[in-house]
Amino acid sequence: MSGVVVASAGNALVWVVWVVAAFSCVGSAVAVISFSNPFFSALALIGNLGSLAVMYLLLSAEFVAAAQVLVYAGAVVVMFLFVIAYVGPRRETPWSGGPSWQTFGAVLAAGALLVEIVVAVGMQASGSLKHDGHVGATFGTPSWIGRVFLVDHLLAFEITSVVLLIAAVGGVILGSHTKRATV
Amino acid sequence: MAGPDVAWYVATAAVLFGIGALGVLIRRNTLVVLLSLELMLNAGNLALIALSRHWHNGAGQIFALAVMAVAASEVCVGLGLVVALNRRNLSLDVDTLSELKG
Repeated sequence: MSGVVVASAGNALVWVVWVVAAFSCVGSAVAVISFSNPFFSALALIGNLGSLAVMYLLLSAEFVAAAQVLVYAGAVVVMFLFVIAYVGPRRETPWSGGPSWQTFGAVLAAGALLVEIVVAVGMQASGSLKHDGHVGATFGTPSWIGRVFLVDHLLAFEITSVVLLIAAVGGVILGSHTKRATV
Repeated sequence: MAGPDVAWYVATAAVLFGIGALGVLIRRNTLVVLLSLELMLNAGNLALIALSRHWHNGAGQIFALAVMAVAASEVCVGLGLVVALNRRNLSLDVDTLSELKG
């Protein structure tokens, strides 16, 4: 009896955490594309990444949640903030000036994309996404990730490292180009 | 884990992807377009991790980590381009950057 009560209380708690994380995720995503100042957009992206990390924790992906916070909030967003500060304020008001045909077309295209995703997922997997599978205690832990990554997917790991190296070299070359401006 | 079905997570990922696509389409500032691109990549990551847990398969989480590395690479090159554009005193408006001339 008490076990049932504890289980349902845990269930309700997971639901509460999920609802808060999902709403803050969607709300901060809307904030990212709505702020006129890109600095605030980048700050809103931090909230989005944090709520996504909470959802990863609910999905028992501890290592990916930690990597998300470290890589995105720690490195990518900080790089964005540096570049935004370097480039200077360039304001743009996305929703002002009335509905132009471009905004109308963009909303229509994004809505069509959303409907297409929902229809595709619903047709492919409507029945099989209902029940909730139980996973082992080691699923998503760093040691498990390390074993899967470095034993089963070693080639993907190495290719990822090469891609990162090439991107770093490309960033340096793009940033250090000192040819005189012709404009 | 009790709580919401995997379908809820996939629906959240779909909404997030739609918001990111809308941001890429309506915004003009290159930096905000890159931020919206991050939103779309994160939506893909959320769907990958949710379905990875649903099918008890670790490949989804591995792929999500690879997507993170690719996103970091993309930000590296994209912000390098933004800095190069700014150094040449070019506009960061994506509508005026229609020609790939040096």
